[in-house]
Amino acid sequence: MKVWKKFARNPLGVFGLVLVVVFAVVALFAPLIAPIPADQQGGPRVLGIPAQMAQQGFSAEPTDPSVQHPMGLSENGYDIKFGVVWGARTAFIISIVIVALSLLVGLSVGTVAGYFGGWIDGLMMRFTDIIFAFPGLLLLIVLVTVFGRQVTVLVLAFAAVNWATYARLIRGEILKVKRLEYVEAARGLGAGNLLIILRHVLPNSVSNLLVVVSNDIGSIVVTFAALSFIGVGAPAGFPDWGQLINLARNWITQPHYWYTFLYPGLTIVLFSLAWNLVGDSLRDAIDPRSR
Amino acid sequence: MLTFIVKRLLQLPITLLAISMLVFALTQALPADQRATAYITNEKQLNQIPAIVQTYHLNENILKQYGVWIAKVVQGNLGYSTSARESVVQALAQYFPATIELVTVAIIPIVVFGVVLGILAGVYRNRWPDQLARLIAIIGSALPSFVLGIFLLAWLYGNLQLFPPGRISDTLSYSLPSVDGFLLFRSVAQGNWPVVADLLRHMVLPVFILTLISSAQLVRVTRGSMIEQMQQDYIRTARSKGLSERRVINRHALRNVLIPVVTLIGLLFVALLGGVTITETVFNYPGIGAWSARGATLLDVNGVIGYTLVIAGLTVVTNTLVDVLYGVIDPRVRFD
Repeated sequence: MKVWKKFARNPLGVFGLVLVVVFAVVALFAPLIAPIPADQQGGPRVLGIPAQMAQQGFSAEPTDPSVQHPMGLSENGYDIKFGVVWGARTAFIISIVIVALSLLVGLSVGTVAGYFGGWIDGLMMRFTDIIFAFPGLLLLIVLVTVFGRQVTVLVLAFAAVNWATYARLIRGEILKVKRLEYVEAARGLGAGNLLIILRHVLPNSVSNLLVVVSNDIGSIVVTFAALSFIGVGAPAGFPDWGQLINLARNWITQPHYWYTFLYPGLTIVLFSLAWNLVGDSLRDAIDPRSR
Repeated sequence: MLTFIVKRLLQLPITLLAISMLVFALTQALPADQRATAYITNEKQLNQIPAIVQTYHLNENILKQYGVWIAKVVQGNLGYSTSARESVVQALAQYFPATIELVTVAIIPIVVFGVVLGILAGVYRNRWPDQLARLIAIIGSALPSFVLGIFLLAWLYGNLQLFPPGRISDTLSYSLPSVDGFLLFRSVAQGNWPVVADLLRHMVLPVFILTLISSAQLVRVTRGSMIEQMQQDYIRTARSKGLSERRVINRHALRNVLIPVVTLIGLLFVALLGGVTITETVFNYPGIGAWSARGATLLDVNGVIGYTLVIAGLTVVTNTLVDVLYGVIDPRVRFD
């Protein structure tokens, strides 16, 4: 495929992809890299992720790295390596579920609005306007405050905010494509609306959608971590990177406890960078004009 | 033109109404007792909750409830904040000034940096200023700002004791009669320079982070506008008159470049007021964003919703004003 060849020629994009693969491998083999301690096995799980990080004691102060805990323990005795490793699984699962849910809603609404137009279109656009009127994290924070600090609530809240972006994107694509001659030709041959949408309109929008999705996976994970960091995200003890940084908050100004924030911080940076590089290179490969 | 402006202005109350309905609908997930705190303004009234549920029909028809609720919101009653232990309006009045000061200080480097780099990137397209602009855009979008903020705090304060978190040093705050409200603006007006210096020292790191994440957009718009203007006929005319390139840029291109840039700066200012939550939390800056985050962790629904309504309202009003302004300046915008 031409796009893939172009992508492979961009060293930054390839670097990003390699990083993504490394994270995926870590996420996949999390139980082997950071085994769940014997006394915590069989504990509750959320979306296949253990609801609590491995914990050793309840010390209010962090514990320095040792052979058993190579990245040290955070305050309250959470194993940082465990959080970093399982956090990769959290990152993939939540971002994929959120993107899938948002795509499902965004694609349906955007397609209907763009293809049929009229009052349906007007109604949908006004509704997305309202969602976009809430800057940044605000709507997420409201949703979490009202419905509670749970991972499932967070995932649904993200999807409830995110679908609007996809709906707008798809609507724009469809408005562009639907007047093209081959769509007219398909209609002339007697193709129904659904067939035209599925066979002719959507496939042409996939490449642009792919770019947005790969950038979104990075930014969803960063936002999820940021919410956990300010204390509005996943419940206490859940293995996500933002949680680890939240646990480090009291120790940031003491150089001795560098390990509490450096490992999870660098992990978030690398993950975000990886998906940004992949997204940007993908865009360049698909649309050479954007360079 | 008049129809465009009237149409756009008429949309404003409808959007505001829709926002309030959405927020109100969300609160319906809460039990009536908790919703009742949206109707009181001080701690003493907390023991009148059952009566309030009755008075405001909180167990009745949702439309009726909405009518009562929106009426008191419009009158400026946003309820009682459990995290601030005062009315939401009082809490907003207490924390908003610190944020306004932070954003006002931050907008200066954002504008200087964003506009200068944007112009340079547009003039020297694909040369080093352009590459630098691209690099900053990548850093700004790929680097999670709260992680970067923590690293900077750990290094520049933890190791080097340079830029402390918070708003003002304890030693100084004890010597002042009050540290509330517009402390920075007040100190500047009074010429109290030691306090000004201390306040600014506390702002260095958050301002740096805000500059990094916000200037990329300004650079992009300025660059795009610059490139567009430099290809216009009047620039060719100016050049063919024999004017120096510097004069062509400064006297002719820049004036037209700055129209979209100035409006973007207005939008940025409002966006920052609602976008400082994480930065303020990282640096322990006692502004409205840090308060809303703390409120959310304490499940202070009224506080969070009051903040949201104010910020969303401000955003919608600014967007409308900008649209109208554009419609007046550029006739093409009027045709949707």
